Amino acid sequence: MAESTIDTDERAGRLHVILSGDWTLAHLPTPISGLEARLQALAASHPVWDLQAIPRIDSVGAILLWRAWGRRWPDSLNALPQQRSVLERAASIPSVDASRPQASRLAAVLALGQLALSGFKNMREIITLIGQLLLDVAYLCSHPHDIPWREFSANLYKSGAQALPVTALVGFLIGVVLSYLSSLQLKTFGADIYIVNLLGISIIRELGPVIVAVLVAGRSGSAMTAQIGVMRVTEEIDALATMGVSRSVRLVLPKVAALSISMPLLVVWCSAAGIIGGMVSANLQMGLSYGFFIEALPKAVPVGNVWIGIGKGFFFGLLIALIACHFGLKVKPNTESLSSKTTAAVVTAITVVIVVDAVFAILTRNLGLPA
Amino acid sequence: MNIIDASASVQTSSPANRSIIEIRGVSTRFGDTVIHRDIDLDVEAGQILGLVGGSGSGKTTLLREIVGLLIPSSGSVKLFGHPVLDADPLIRRNLRRRFGMLFQQGALFSALSVFDNIAFPLRELRVLDKEMIRELVFLKLGMVELETRHGQLMPAELSGGMVKRVALARALSLEPELLVLDEPTAGLDPDLADNFVKLIRMLQKELGFTVVMVTHDLDTLAGLATHVAVLAEQRIIACGTPAEVLAVDHPFIRNFFCSEHATAAMQKGFV
Repeated sequence: MAESTIDTDERAGRLHVILSGDWTLAHLPTPISGLEARLQALAASHPVWDLQAIPRIDSVGAILLWRAWGRRWPDSLNALPQQRSVLERAASIPSVDASRPQASRLAAVLALGQLALSGFKNMREIITLIGQLLLDVAYLCSHPHDIPWREFSANLYKSGAQALPVTALVGFLIGVVLSYLSSLQLKTFGADIYIVNLLGISIIRELGPVIVAVLVAGRSGSAMTAQIGVMRVTEEIDALATMGVSRSVRLVLPKVAALSISMPLLVVWCSAAGIIGGMVSANLQMGLSYGFFIEALPKAVPVGNVWIGIGKGFFFGLLIALIACHFGLKVKPNTESLSSKTTAAVVTAITVVIVVDAVFAILTRNLGLPA
Repeated sequence: MNIIDASASVQTSSPANRSIIEIRGVSTRFGDTVIHRDIDLDVEAGQILGLVGGSGSGKTTLLREIVGLLIPSSGSVKLFGHPVLDADPLIRRNLRRRFGMLFQQGALFSALSVFDNIAFPLRELRVLDKEMIRELVFLKLGMVELETRHGQLMPAELSGGMVKRVALARALSLEPELLVLDEPTAGLDPDLADNFVKLIRMLQKELGFTVVMVTHDLDTLAGLATHVAVLAEQRIIACGTPAEVLAVDHPFIRNFFCSEHATAAMQKGFV
């Protein structure tokens, strides 16, 4: 296992370059550029190349020599037939230019256009998916035997029951923080008892649904995209199709239905935890009794707010599941696509939830306010 | 300073009869199930060893232990005279750069193009310039009889035979002394399998690497192997040249090699 070496010799008035040692990737000295520079300097004087002392030469060594020779055979070369065949391989590399096409000056505009087009495309596909689901529901109404109850209940458990602890914890803590910060302000006006109105309206009407939506989009939405995506990668969806099982009935519909039902329930649960958190904090911070808080709550917060919160929960759940399934079905069979589609699903779901929340705020601006 | 055995100082004896793989007393247990019991096996430089055995006999497990993906319950595996699970991470890494593995499903990086898949191990060395890597990748593509334009394709766009070829090119990218093949022809139709076997044999002749392969396909075995090891009853029941293995009287060997189809394959390949 000798290192690659270069010796020179002057014989009969001609320079001989004698190479010896292993000319393989493992034995070339680093940095390679030093060796290459030396070879090129030698090649300039058109010597006789003697490779016969090389026990092993691989493609790296061959490419080095070929490049030093200026990509053509030298005038005189002493090489064994085996070495020659390795060199011939190096010589036969096509010299196509693999450089990527130059970025056009319009790249930014094109990228913007692509973004807009893909946005429209996604929207059209989601509408198609909704249409498909409506057709499925119509079909299931006439064929109740085909309703995927088991998948529905499994999804209800996964996206609803298993999300209870985290939504309660987050709701409770938000309630505590909100109550603490508001009470500091209200105290300065002597308006302590308005904490009930403040917490009640903000949590039940606004914060509860949005917090649950963000949590569920991150938790269940990403899981749905990843699950459907991996099923596409491993051709499980195709396997289902060949068995005559509709992917939209068996995979998409149970998820959308389960989340549309579990989300409103989670919203009620999370809002309740938030109110309790706020109540505890108000009691500790301002000495507001629990009894008073509970008595004042229905007067301060008309029941319409609860319905608004539940309605938001339903729509948010529907949208999150639809978006998650849509991106899951768009996953291509490679890891990069799986990760980018999961990210896209979560980001899109949260953004759409916030936008729809704003629409809700405008549509319900005259509802549920205390007289 | 060398590129691969930088400070690993991997010593070698004379090239002839050099043991590339030394397996000593390897036993493997998964829970209560015993897979291997006290296995010894040597593979010498230039051999093409076919590891055969019934399904579930632990062929692939042994292969994974050879390349260090799996730790045997007891015993040792040495590659090029060094324990494959050497404590020194540098030696471990250098050992892993001296062999190439071809996985059953190819295991191409799905996020990278064919070109980048083959270039990946070369880039990891961090000593080759861009132009050199490009030429090496095109050379490897030519070696496995693919065209330059195939470099732009993504693994998802390749056919089964092409995936194997690209995976072979990637396994060969560091000019390995040892090539480890896990079911090289599984999932290929007989024609493609035949071509692939011819390709490996041609490259082996040209580059002189050692091959260890797991296969259950007799045509592949007959077309490639210079040596055969038979794994059955948790141990190696026979190891040697095909003729020596065929002479061993054991029910598994009779069953495996002496069916009608097997005899035809053997006559075509070994004789």
